[in-house]
Formats: sequence, C-alpha cells, structure tokens
Amino acid sequence: MSTNKVIDARGSFCPGPLMELITYMKQASVGDTLELLSTDEGSAADVPEWVAKVGHEMLGSENVDGVWHLKIRKAK
Amino acid sequence: MRILVVGGGTGGTIVANNLARRLSAEIRNRRVRLTMLSATDRHMYQPGLLYVAFGQMTPDQLYRDQRGLLESNIEFHVDPVEQFMLDQNKVVTRSGKTFDYDILVLATGSRIVPESIPGLAEGAETFYSEAGAVKLFKRLREFEGGNIALVVGVPHKCPIAPVEFIFSLHDYLKMRGIRDKTHIKYHYPIGRMHTIENVAKWAKPEFERMGIEIETLFNVKEVDAENKLVRSEEGTETRYDLLVAIPPHKGMEVIEQNGMGDGGWVPTDRFRLTMKDHDNVYVLGDTTNLPVSKTGSAAHFEAEVIAENIASIVKIGTPVRDYDGKVYCFIEAGHDRATYAMFNYTTPPDLKPASKPMHWFKTAYNQMYWTSVRGLL
Repeated sequence: MSTNKVIDARGSFCPGPLMELITYMKQASVGDTLELLSTDEGSAADVPEWVAKVGHEMLGSENVDGVWHLKIRKAK
Repeated sequence: MRILVVGGGTGGTIVANNLARRLSAEIRNRRVRLTMLSATDRHMYQPGLLYVAFGQMTPDQLYRDQRGLLESNIEFHVDPVEQFMLDQNKVVTRSGKTFDYDILVLATGSRIVPESIPGLAEGAETFYSEAGAVKLFKRLREFEGGNIALVVGVPHKCPIAPVEFIFSLHDYLKMRGIRDKTHIKYHYPIGRMHTIENVAKWAKPEFERMGIEIETLFNVKEVDAENKLVRSEEGTETRYDLLVAIPPHKGMEVIEQNGMGDGGWVPTDRFRLTMKDHDNVYVLGDTTNLPVSKTGSAAHFEAEVIAENIASIVKIGTPVRDYDGKVYCFIEAGHDRATYAMFNYTTPPDLKPASKPMHWFKTAYNQMYWTSVRGLL
C-alpha cells in the first residue's frame, strides 16, 4: 500500500530541501508520495530538475504563503 | 525527579554536564537524580578523523575516557538501551536492568551504512571510522598518481567534510609532489557543488583554481570494484583508481527496532526539541529528524537549549527557550587556511574568505573540544 509523507524542510540551509528529499526518497517505496515543504526559492527549479533526471514523477508544485509545496511520486 | 540521558556522544555529554552544574544543589539534596547510559566508556572527537586520513593526527589523540569527561554527580553506566518503553517512562538495557525516568534525553547518534549501496564497502575508502581513516591514509601514502574520485552518500554527517577533504587532498598530493600526476573528481548529489549556496559560491572558484573536476547531480547507485567504476542513479559513471566515499548514514538500530522513527531518525519538534507526542522526551544531535546539519555543532547548541529547559522545568515548572536552528561549522580550506559557516532557521551563512588565523583557531579547537564537551565553553 502506498503512503504519503510530508517532509518539513522549511528554513533548512544545510542539509537543504533537496538533500532532505533524497534522504526520504531512499526510505520510501515505489508508488509512495512525498510532499516537500521548502522556503528556499531555488527548490521550485532544482527539485523538478533532480526528479526528472532520476526518473521519479513530479505531481505538483505550488507556493502557499511563501512555502513551496512540492509533490513527488517515487517511480523506481 | 529522575533525568536519564541515553547516549554519551557530543550532545549527550554536554546536556549531562550542563545539567549537573545547573542542578548541583538539587542533585546534592537528592531531589534530582541524573544518569547517563552509553554504549562505550570512550569518547571520540570525530572531526579529527579527517586529520587521521592525512597523517596529521593518530587515532589515540581522538579519544578520552568518558567517565573523566563527566561531572562527578552524574551516574554513568556503560550499558546501552535495548528497549524503550515510552508509555511507561522506562528503558531496559543490554544487561537487563530497568531504568525509570521522568525526563528522557535521546542522544543515540547515527551510524554509517556503506553496505546500503552495492559495492561501496568493497570498492571505496572512507574516513568516517577510525579503521577507515587509517586505511585511507595508507592508501594515499602508497598512491603514485592516477584518478581519485570522491562520492557523497545521503544523508551524511558533517556536510562540509566533502569540501574539506578535497582541499586537504590537493595540499597533501602537492606536498608529495604528485599533484600533477593526479586527476581529482568531486561528485555531489544535488545540482550545485555544495548544499549551502554560499559555500558553493565560495568553493567552486577555489576548486577550479586547484583543477578539480566537478560533477553534480550524482547520487551513488553502485560501485563496480572489479572494474573500478562508480555509477550514479542519474545514469552516469566515473572510472577511478582510488575511490573515496562519504558514506550514507542511518540513525541507530535501536531507534528503528523500537518503532521510534523511520531510518532511525526520531520525529522531533524543531523548536522545543521534544519527541513527537512525548513531551517528556528530548531529542538532539544526529538522532533527530530535523532538517539541520548532522554535526557536533548542532548537537552542542541543541544541548544548551535542552539543558536550560530541563533545569527550568525542575526549578520553575516550565521550559524557557526555543532552539533557533543554530549551527556553526569550521571549514578547513587545506592545510593552512580555514573559514566558517554560521546559520540558523532564518539566516543563511555569510562566508568570509579563508584565512590562516581561522585555521589556527580550528587547530586550537581540536583541543578545546574537550573543554566544550565538559560544558565549560
């Protein structure tokens, strides 16, 4: 059964939102959905770039009150 | 009140010593009992492993006796916890003893798991253990030129270490007169050469000056030790003669075995530093799931907040401070220069140019650590 997990990486300069996403992606199962919360403007570009390069699925990206909510499904 | 600290690394030791001083009167009149449970009677200064890898320190210089670092009013047992019974406020240790508590401090730390990447343990050297650092130094001492590749597992402790290793490697190979016979390639998991944007902006031109090749978006998938190839999740590969890895980490097995956190990382409130749904359990250092660097520095600043709050609970019935995400990391830029990065949840680091005085300060801190971990600095 797939699960949904929220990764709260707001205010993270190190290890940073993308590194947090990679950490939890390794722990997730294929089909799981991860929602990354980030206050780093760069996340809107660098997260989709990594997701596309590795071959996961970008489900959505929106900014709510200064926080990026990036949804990704683990595909492999 | 019974306060139990589980783990005798940087964070646990600073919490315990800080509490021992703040609550000395309460411990003396037996209103408070302060106990530490640890897996070992030795305490290692882990940042020193980088120096061991370049023959600048020997392993014996990294250790002190744990009991000797603790205030005398702390009960200390080398008896690691095997079972946490959080709903009953008690733990059971390897020897079978039960310890009850009113407040629990979790400082169990993290561990390297090179075996989680196929071939990594067989094909790569690392300086993230005493044996690994010594072995890496011997490999470097025998090295006569060729391709050295550095790869970085996720997550990892001391996020600045990959950059420091490259600076030191460049200086070491120059000292041996074989830098011009050696190609160094640095691989990093995300789309820039360090996760801290200002570190990347500072280090990239430095790496270019040193002739270091950089490949970003490289997450290690597997190592083919026989053919000396390392491959990435992103579909690229690098050939090496000597592969050095920052190994991926996990939290301690006992955390996972007790169902306290996926990957061994305990869900923690980022400001109060309490475990989710357990207000009498404090968590710090590598043990938390917080998006904060896994470093002794983070553990240190978290420990000060936790100790002040627990002491305040004893004295006035309520905690008084929040953790603001503070981290301070030295950055060695070779064998004679250094800089630093300081940041918190709201303020990014502003890097200064590397300098000799900062390197001397770092060299002094390698000894001052023993004052720091006693809770005096």
